[in-house]
Amino acid sequence: MRTRGRCRYSLARRDSFGIHPLARLYHYVGFTAALPSFIALTPEGPYCTPGGFHIDPWRAVDRAVITHAHSDHAVRGCRLYLASRACAPLLRARLGRDISVQSLDYGQRVGVGDVTVSLHPAGHVLGSAQVRIEYRGHVIVFSGDYKLAHDPTADGFEPVRCNTFITESTFGLPVFRWEPAELVFERINSWWLRNREEGRTSVLFAYSLGKSQRVLCGLDPSIGPIGVHGAVVGMNEVYAAAGVVLPNVLHAGETNASELRGRGMVVTPVASGASPWLRRFNGPDGLSLASVSGWMLIRGARRRQALDRGFALSDHADWDGLNRAIKESRAERIGVTHGQTEVMTRWLREQGVDAFVVPTRYTGETTAAEDQEYPEGTQEPGSTPEPINTIPNTGLTQTGEQKP
Amino acid sequence: MKRFARLYDELDDSNRTSDKIASLERYFRGVPAADAAWGLYFLSGRRTKRAITSNVLRKCAVEASGLPEWLLSECHAAVGDFSETLALVIPDHGMTTSQPSDRSGKDSLDLTLKDVAERLILPLPMCNETEAGALIREAWSILNARERYVFHKLLSVNFRVGVQRRLVARALANAAGIDAAIMEHRLLGEYAPTAEAFSAILSAAGPNDDATKPYPFCLATPLESPPAPDTDASAWQVEWKWDGIRAQVIRRSGRGGRLAVVRDGVVVWSRGEEVITDQFPELRALALALPRDVVLDGEVLAWEETASRRGPLPFAVLQTRLNRKHRNDRSEHGLFDQTDLVYMAYDLIEVDGEDWRSRPLRERRLMLESIVKEARATSPRSVLRLSESVPVSTWGDVGMVRAGATQAGAEGVMLKPINSEYHVGRIRGDLLGDPANAGWWKWKIDPMTLDGVLIAAQLGSGKRASLYTDYTFGLWKDGILLPFAKAYSGLSDDEIARVDSFVRTHTLRRLGPVCLVKPGLVFEIAFEAIRESPRHKSGIAVRFPRIARWRDDKRAEDADTVESARLLLNVRYGSMSPTTPAKKRSGQMSTPRGSRRSRAAGTDRAGYATQFDLFGPAPTGGGA
Repeated sequence: MRTRGRCRYSLARRDSFGIHPLARLYHYVGFTAALPSFIALTPEGPYCTPGGFHIDPWRAVDRAVITHAHSDHAVRGCRLYLASRACAPLLRARLGRDISVQSLDYGQRVGVGDVTVSLHPAGHVLGSAQVRIEYRGHVIVFSGDYKLAHDPTADGFEPVRCNTFITESTFGLPVFRWEPAELVFERINSWWLRNREEGRTSVLFAYSLGKSQRVLCGLDPSIGPIGVHGAVVGMNEVYAAAGVVLPNVLHAGETNASELRGRGMVVTPVASGASPWLRRFNGPDGLSLASVSGWMLIRGARRRQALDRGFALSDHADWDGLNRAIKESRAERIGVTHGQTEVMTRWLREQGVDAFVVPTRYTGETTAAEDQEYPEGTQEPGSTPEPINTIPNTGLTQTGEQKP
Repeated sequence: MKRFARLYDELDDSNRTSDKIASLERYFRGVPAADAAWGLYFLSGRRTKRAITSNVLRKCAVEASGLPEWLLSECHAAVGDFSETLALVIPDHGMTTSQPSDRSGKDSLDLTLKDVAERLILPLPMCNETEAGALIREAWSILNARERYVFHKLLSVNFRVGVQRRLVARALANAAGIDAAIMEHRLLGEYAPTAEAFSAILSAAGPNDDATKPYPFCLATPLESPPAPDTDASAWQVEWKWDGIRAQVIRRSGRGGRLAVVRDGVVVWSRGEEVITDQFPELRALALALPRDVVLDGEVLAWEETASRRGPLPFAVLQTRLNRKHRNDRSEHGLFDQTDLVYMAYDLIEVDGEDWRSRPLRERRLMLESIVKEARATSPRSVLRLSESVPVSTWGDVGMVRAGATQAGAEGVMLKPINSEYHVGRIRGDLLGDPANAGWWKWKIDPMTLDGVLIAAQLGSGKRASLYTDYTFGLWKDGILLPFAKAYSGLSDDEIARVDSFVRTHTLRRLGPVCLVKPGLVFEIAFEAIRESPRHKSGIAVRFPRIARWRDDKRAEDADTVESARLLLNVRYGSMSPTTPAKKRSGQMSTPRGSRRSRAAGTDRAGYATQFDLFGPAPTGGGA
């Protein structure tokens, strides 16, 4: 609903999030006051001063603790990485064989400088972790990205008790409530079956790390052959080495295109309907394109991509999931980052929770691309980079509704 | 309701016409007639009365979801559609939000569409808030998320499914096993959503004798690239493209219709398929004075006939008529008596009860000419005119005629193949192929343009939700930018993404949902007409503004000024009637509030963008 009418911006008026301007000012000037004093917010990202390391830095730093291997969390060029045991090979696969990675088992505590660090499963993708940092009796947990739903390709989310919980909020609106994954897979499989009957090749856009493997586990291989893009092949190998059982798939390309045409399923991170790579899989009745993403719950996002179908399946927690994780952390303070920060913060405050915004990579709420669910896929060796982030940013953080 | 929601999903998901028709046909064949009757009612674009205000609906939603109202607003902003937002936040089957949501809805109860329409939607306008809330909650307790979404769409006044009426007609024609054109004719006009009416529509014989029904209009395709000037154009009839209200005048005195709107067998239909007989009593008089029963196709125009000028007045003048029901319902302007109307007839569809649509245009035209002549001979003061046809031999000539359109008070030329029949809807055909198969073409004069600066932006809705796609453009006046047009269309997705990121990084401040942005981007804005408007700060308003192109070669300072816009005021119409006092002109053009949207003329009329309330009213009487 658009509010029309005259309105003036003044100190006496709350902004669109119902936050008093002075409180907003406090946020911008003194937001780190809400974080415990041993965590500083630097231009490179959150920094643990007594430990001497960054958490998911967004620029190359000396020492980085990484929650998971998606490119918006694992940046190239750091001297030393600390990640979970399952995450380390993914980091090597994506950032280069020669990086220095130190790995930890889930729950294993190590001393780093004056703090104690441990990693705990976050359920987002293979090897994803929440970072627990303890310093002089205060425990802070950085959730990274997480989901609570069951996923055979990732260790299940474990709530970690802490004093301060920094949660993501990509889908922090009550419109986002996921259906059980089995239902979504049922729908994907029946879509595939129907395409096969009508001579169309099914194409699923899903990113190469995490979503693709989760989807592969949900597909019904009895329907037809499954082909995957080279970027997915690379990730699959790491998953297989970690003991995740995936169905047999083809490395989709010229040689096996005839096998896939009209009856197969192609899983690819390349979100471009007309790419020459895809066209070779054209069945007698062409291709049927679909995307798998949490954003697909919204009709506008589905329509905008001009795809035939959109399946709402996400590796992020939904509204209920976020609220449950926050509750189960039993933290006194909740920092909200990455996504619907302002909405989630206000909601939590109204529930009597001491919540604050932890700014993400880009200041304020101005820049696109920050809450894209789609990280870059890896490229096949020797191939030219393919455009992957063509899925438009839905910009869900940028809302500007005037409060009535 | 489940079946209807599934149909909605199928139509929504599919991009192919054949799939859509198949889905529709399956639906109409598969459901009971009483449901199909309502399905057809909604699918053919008919509306119930506004059932419930969004405020009441929002209150119910706050109650049912347990969420604060501000959070619903945030959700709405993110989703971009109120119906969808509500459908998503309402818990399924009385579950609270904290419980895991199961949206399978597989075992849920079902309501028939008839139930939903007659028991839940129709009584709503008569209900008070409490009763309405009870009905809404009842619906929510039974419907699942997808069905709720469709239900909300039915409640709102803007239920759209993305099927043209034509497709519905083709699906029904398939189901009934009759010709699609006959079905389209059956679907026009009044329709009550009852099982009987639906069966009648599907019947083989059909109620084709209803005397009030209009024929589907033959529509024209915009001509983008004309053939070479030396190409032969002798197979084409060239007429002016009038800027008025398209109307079908029906006189079937021999057969009385059932409807109250029909008196003496005369009824006037607008292109938006509304009866406008009462708004234009002159047309009724015209029809009564005709020598025989006919159905005419033509254009209603406001007309000026003075010593110095004979020609049509701008559409804005005609607009003042549209919302008045009766002639004696006069406005303070007394415009009703001042504005003279003419009916510019250009086609003949029926003569003495016989359908003439399949006869060639040449033959229809000859008959039309003789009828107009006869009518004007018997009643010299008749408002009936024959839309002149301009003789041409080559496409070069057509171009010349078009160049003179402004002088003639027209907005371009119409091209009709002289051997063609009167088509249903829009038929393109091959411009240079066999003209007998070609449809009508319209070749408009180039729109006026101004270079405006982007000064404000708002999030779009629907497909463009959460992108800044609704823009306000300003012109310079004394060193400040005054808003003059709002435009939503004309940019590619890629350009929209770039403007979106500009808006996000250059927002000066926010006024509710509107971001005022730093002047920097310049766009060429095209529009069809310009008029004075004391209600706008810039003192002018433009009609159908859209973005012609992004002028990234220009800086904000290089954009146009209000003065340069005012020069355009005199280009059209004005120059043709230098004797018309300026005062009278501006008085005529200031349409009263609320009459801007012309329901009678359909959706493609009266497109003046006039929503600048955010910037406050104009300081004084503008440029009047």
